[in-house]
Amino acid sequence: MKIGKKGIKEISPIDVYKILPRTNCGECQESNCMAFATKVVNGEAVIEGCSPLYTPKYTKELEKIQDLLAPPVKTITIGTGKRKIAIGGKHVLFRHEFTYHNPPPIAIDIADDTDPDKVAQRVRLIEDFSYTYIGRPLGLDAIAIRSVTKDPDIFREIVHLVCELSDLPLILCSYDPEVLSAGLSECADRNPLIYAINHNNWKEVGEIALKYSCPVVVSSQGDLSLLRSLVTTMIKWGIDNLVLDPGTFHGEQIGHTIHQFSSIRKTACSEFDPIFGFPLLGTPISVWAGGELSEDLNRWQEAYLTSMLITRYADLLIMHSIEGWALLPQLIWRFGIYTDPRKPVSVDPGVRIFGSPDAQSPVLITTNYALTFFTVESDIKAAKIDCYLIVIDTGGLSVEAAVAGRYLTALKIADSLNEFKAGDLVSHNYLIIPGLAARLSGETEEETGWKVLVGPRDSSGIGQMIRERWPPVEE
Amino acid sequence: MSDADKSDISNLIKLFGPGILELLKGKQVELEHVEIELEELELYLPIGGTIAGSYPTIHSSVIQDTTGPEIRIRPRPENLADVPFNPSSIPYPAKIREIKLGGARSDGGTRGSTVTVGGSSSLPFHDPQSPPPHSPVISLDVFDTPVPMPKALKNHVKDVLDDPADWAKMNVEQFGADMVTVHLLSTDPLIQNRSVKDASKTVEEVLQAVDVPLIIGGCGDPKKDAETFIEISEMAEGERLLLNSVTTDMADAKTLEPVCRAADKCGHCLLGFTGLDLNSAKELNRRIYQFFSPDRLLIDLTTVALGYGLEYSFSIHERARTAALMGDSELSHPTLSACTNAWSAREAWMNLGPEFGRNELRGPLWESIGGITLLLAGVDLFLMMHPLAVSTLRDVSTRLMNPKPLKPEMSEWVSVKI
Ligand code: SF4
Repeated sequence: MKIGKKGIKEISPIDVYKILPRTNCGECQESNCMAFATKVVNGEAVIEGCSPLYTPKYTKELEKIQDLLAPPVKTITIGTGKRKIAIGGKHVLFRHEFTYHNPPPIAIDIADDTDPDKVAQRVRLIEDFSYTYIGRPLGLDAIAIRSVTKDPDIFREIVHLVCELSDLPLILCSYDPEVLSAGLSECADRNPLIYAINHNNWKEVGEIALKYSCPVVVSSQGDLSLLRSLVTTMIKWGIDNLVLDPGTFHGEQIGHTIHQFSSIRKTACSEFDPIFGFPLLGTPISVWAGGELSEDLNRWQEAYLTSMLITRYADLLIMHSIEGWALLPQLIWRFGIYTDPRKPVSVDPGVRIFGSPDAQSPVLITTNYALTFFTVESDIKAAKIDCYLIVIDTGGLSVEAAVAGRYLTALKIADSLNEFKAGDLVSHNYLIIPGLAARLSGETEEETGWKVLVGPRDSSGIGQMIRERWPPVEE
Repeated sequence: MSDADKSDISNLIKLFGPGILELLKGKQVELEHVEIELEELELYLPIGGTIAGSYPTIHSSVIQDTTGPEIRIRPRPENLADVPFNPSSIPYPAKIREIKLGGARSDGGTRGSTVTVGGSSSLPFHDPQSPPPHSPVISLDVFDTPVPMPKALKNHVKDVLDDPADWAKMNVEQFGADMVTVHLLSTDPLIQNRSVKDASKTVEEVLQAVDVPLIIGGCGDPKKDAETFIEISEMAEGERLLLNSVTTDMADAKTLEPVCRAADKCGHCLLGFTGLDLNSAKELNRRIYQFFSPDRLLIDLTTVALGYGLEYSFSIHERARTAALMGDSELSHPTLSACTNAWSAREAWMNLGPEFGRNELRGPLWESIGGITLLLAGVDLFLMMHPLAVSTLRDVSTRLMNPKPLKPEMSEWVSVKI
């Protein structure tokens, strides 16, 4: 236990304020130092925002504040330039305590026994992989090059090739110091992550890590005492740009993986133990070492294991599967669990205007559950429709739940149309309701006097519906 | 599409090799675990105390700021330090209530098997020395009226869609369900408005077709559900059903008290449902306690699909479980998750183009990951549908509770030829 260290939730704005320059100069865009301090402890601002702190006059204060706010899990940077990735920087065990920072990058492997054409193909797949989720592109982050041949020259060549093809951050994977040196001779200036120091090679790979001053993984598969011993030795040696690999076990041993990751992170975040205060590497790619019979079964196992590691404390992941069905849930889950837990479940009810609608434009309704609204919003934007969207207060429930729970009823729709003066927006009286609320259509026509058009069950179909069925044909 | 239409569980089993097959043979798996436990005793000798070893300072300032990072500042240590890891294990002051579902003959019911949920005394799968006392329970859905269903789900049950009793049988015999949930959607006054007598008859048929415990799902209307639940409570006295669910709406419609009293009198259990809000969950529980024993109450804090707010469900379950273990007795109830909600996510069923295929795997994976995520947040009882998701959740939970001894070579991925 590090004496006197406070968890991020125990630090008060006053603790930070006391160290700030207290001149209320406003350079941080806040009205005063206290307001800035409050934002900092809530994770809504970073101390870099206070530029006076970075002048020589405040060297001591800066150091104090950095020390006070230092996350119990160190932040490590891999790569350079605009594609570099930061991993770790974790403050807490539970997401509800404080927003998780630095979503775990996903690296996809390339083995050095791959044909150059296939390498190029795989690099392109990794670079191009993208899925648009509520209007944001989600993608992959890094490439892990593995020495399968164990030949330093072959490894050097493949690293060279990948460097020519992509500027994604790299992880060089081998336990052989010669292989690692060969790879680093090609790309050390790109600050790759070295994988890995273990109990056999720590002297040699330690030298290499010092020589190139790149971040390095300390690996001890399944033996946490050995892991502590290795980390302690490295720190004594002056190597502290570390990532921890406790081993990712799958299948019948999957429980050890979850227990070990949890135990390491608890020791770091609840006990402020500096030895385990480094980012964790998860390697769901391990399932491919298990000798399963079917490739799809491996992908299936790799997929759910990855999601478990995103939930339980991995800060960086290496996967082999590049299939969309296996990756998609990872990218979406990673996005979700790294959002601010204080983000409200609901958005404000009211009228939202898309494009430049006129009196002939469609009027749609949806509920005020945040994810429902964002999904509908991004679908309408993607379809480039000019329309009005009436967001109804369902207490933050999705359409399906709101209909089932009687939070979205014909009466509620009628009240909302009146409240938001929907009749004044357009000269027609057609209302498009979500397909999941179809059962309300008859009652809604009675309650509101509007004619109801039942929209698609999934808002991705809104574009097509408007193209095909708008304006509606008068009976 | 016709090939995909034909695909059924046996094809999937072929596709996934013998691993899945083994899982579907529930009983054998359980027998194996008796042995595993003995092995595990050796592996996890109880150890206490805190972390041993010395703590080097890691502030870069100590290493001297003036020198560049490339320059060796310290000599290489001669030997590896010896710093053992002794994880600390601090017990929580409280535990989750333990509740038995299903009435055996000795309880005045007719169930051949019963299940017990809850009883956890530590955070889920954080501490290998205190695993949850009971395996998570999986209940498979049955509907009493046609509902829109993605093809990936319909394929497995299309022969039994019109017969809740046959459907329930299939869930138990082919897919290994621990429980069956009968959703009485036909009672919805806005759609078919079928009578509570009809609903009660459906439940009676299912009770005769299978001998696992049942969950009874209503249509969501607070008045109609109350009538249905009261009727069924009396018809199935002693069966220790789980009534899904009682809500704040019922309290507002003044139907909460009669439902609670009927369930209490006939020995059933209740599920309190609230929408992602711990304060309303606690408030509803307090209202239920007035008429019903907390020792037979489960809670549903709402499960949202991955991509549509699973993180809200995840965090609320972690918060509830942490608070309960710290002593908040209004939250120390076993939890239920409707993971079938996964299928409301478009990513679970929509054709997203060749780069996101295979669609027949993406859907069950969506349901599996939703379930496993909430398993890690402590959920005790899962409502599920896809057979592959069922076997995956069973697989993972069994192995989380009883991992086999470590084989370090199993994680040697660096030089493996793929
Ligand atoms: S920039 Fe710094 S000194 Fe200036 S007001 Fe903000 S916190 Fe205070």
